[in-house]
Amino acid sequence: MPLIKAEHIAVEFPLYHVGARSLKKRLLARSPIRLKEDESHRIVVAALRDLSFVIEPGERVALVGGNGAGKTTLLRTLAGIYEPVAGRLEVDGSIGSLIDPAAGMDSEATGRENIMLRGLFLGMSETDCEALAEEAGRFSGLGEFLDVPIRTYSAGMSVRLSFAAATLMEPEILLMDEWFMAGDADFIERANERLEKLVTGADILVLATHNMSIVRKWCTRAIRLAGGRVVADGPVEEILAGET
Amino acid sequence: MRSPNLALASPRYVRDATDPRRVERALNDFRDGLARWRLAVALARLDIRNRYRGSVIGPFWLTLSTAVMVTGIGILYSTLFKLSLEEYLPFLAVSLLVWTTLSQIITDAGNSLIYSEGVIRQVPLPYTVHVLRFVIRNVIIAAHSLPLIVVVFAIFGVMPGPEALLAIPGLLLLFINAFAGGLFLGMICARFRDIQQIVASAMQLAFFLTPVLWKPDLLGDRQAWLPLNPFFVLMETVRGPLVEGGASAMVWLGAIVYTAAACAVAFLFFVRFRARIAFWV
Repeated sequence: MPLIKAEHIAVEFPLYHVGARSLKKRLLARSPIRLKEDESHRIVVAALRDLSFVIEPGERVALVGGNGAGKTTLLRTLAGIYEPVAGRLEVDGSIGSLIDPAAGMDSEATGRENIMLRGLFLGMSETDCEALAEEAGRFSGLGEFLDVPIRTYSAGMSVRLSFAAATLMEPEILLMDEWFMAGDADFIERANERLEKLVTGADILVLATHNMSIVRKWCTRAIRLAGGRVVADGPVEEILAGET
Repeated sequence: MRSPNLALASPRYVRDATDPRRVERALNDFRDGLARWRLAVALARLDIRNRYRGSVIGPFWLTLSTAVMVTGIGILYSTLFKLSLEEYLPFLAVSLLVWTTLSQIITDAGNSLIYSEGVIRQVPLPYTVHVLRFVIRNVIIAAHSLPLIVVVFAIFGVMPGPEALLAIPGLLLLFINAFAGGLFLGMICARFRDIQQIVASAMQLAFFLTPVLWKPDLLGDRQAWLPLNPFFVLMETVRGPLVEGGASAMVWLGAIVYTAAACAVAFLFFVRFRARIAFWV
């Protein structure tokens, strides 16, 4: 059964290049909340502090909170990119992450090559990757541009390609950031259909967003983060009460 | 189509800061990373293509520049050392080509993780994949310049004996060291960005201290100290079989000892700091 279980996890980012003593003191004096000094006298940003929650199968969780609240860091920690420095994190289930649209893309390679690369990142065989590229090419509607280096793409085209490549998987746990809202109207319509399929197909959805209408449409539970801590956790309507 | 080959990363994982199980996870990283060699090959080929994008002869520039260097230095130094060109040039060609490969590997080793920064921060992958990408990248580069040895041998009619086959285990040792070096230097250089410059200047010094241009017997009695230089030992396991009728047992022993030491140090470092790499790059 897919499950995410976090017990008092903390993630800290060391700031390696602020060595000078005076700078250190000034930084610490100014922000007594997020910056602190660890045992070996390094300055660290406490990105996530003492988070505990359990996400059961079937739950659709929205991570809400202002910029810098720790939403994306939490997604990356759940995806297994950052390791917590304290606490215990248990994730059971295949993970698909739509965190950064350009994740692992090579701007010099063509659209097709990038999709194949994406397939290889996911551990697929080469023949599967080729089929994947065909399908993603069709879906993204890039046509002849599929065989052109992606550095020549417009912003909308790259989002379409990334979206097509990223949504070809069917994970049990879907981690998603809000970037997928870009693209032209015609594409958004098609994208919605596909997103819906992906979201309903996954057993667990964790979505970081600022857009409350998306939260209301897709999520059943909301976790509000502030300053790297959980400040509220509960059903969407309860957490979003008073927000538009 | 939730097919098994779409299994993303490991289906279940536990991260417990009080019980990091570092050794086990480092070993898993190696195992999973080596199993993903196809990805490493694809990334390495992209690296080569990007590096020489738009260039007409691409990676053969390396071959060409080495060929020019061998000819120029060959003519000058055969006069300085009072050796005939037929005697000196095959030695020099092998020396320079092996040295270029070696020093290219060491200077590039510091990049092994920094180069993959974009991927490391976005896609959870075993770090071994990135190091393997660096090794394969250098194997491809070496494959462009090492065949030049055959050309030089053909021109000068040098026909090495069957011991030349020993150059293959020599090359293998070199690339095992490349993996260890890529892991170790890759981590150190990701954390301390100055190390790369230090490595680059150290390699320049090493070029003159190592018998690349000059023959080891010029040292006379002090030749016995040469195996203390790991660069010499590693180079000699490839060069010896090709132009000197085989490398001494001392050289092979040294190469194996240095390789084992490099692997041990890299492994210990990897076990201890693996979890920090994503924060360093």
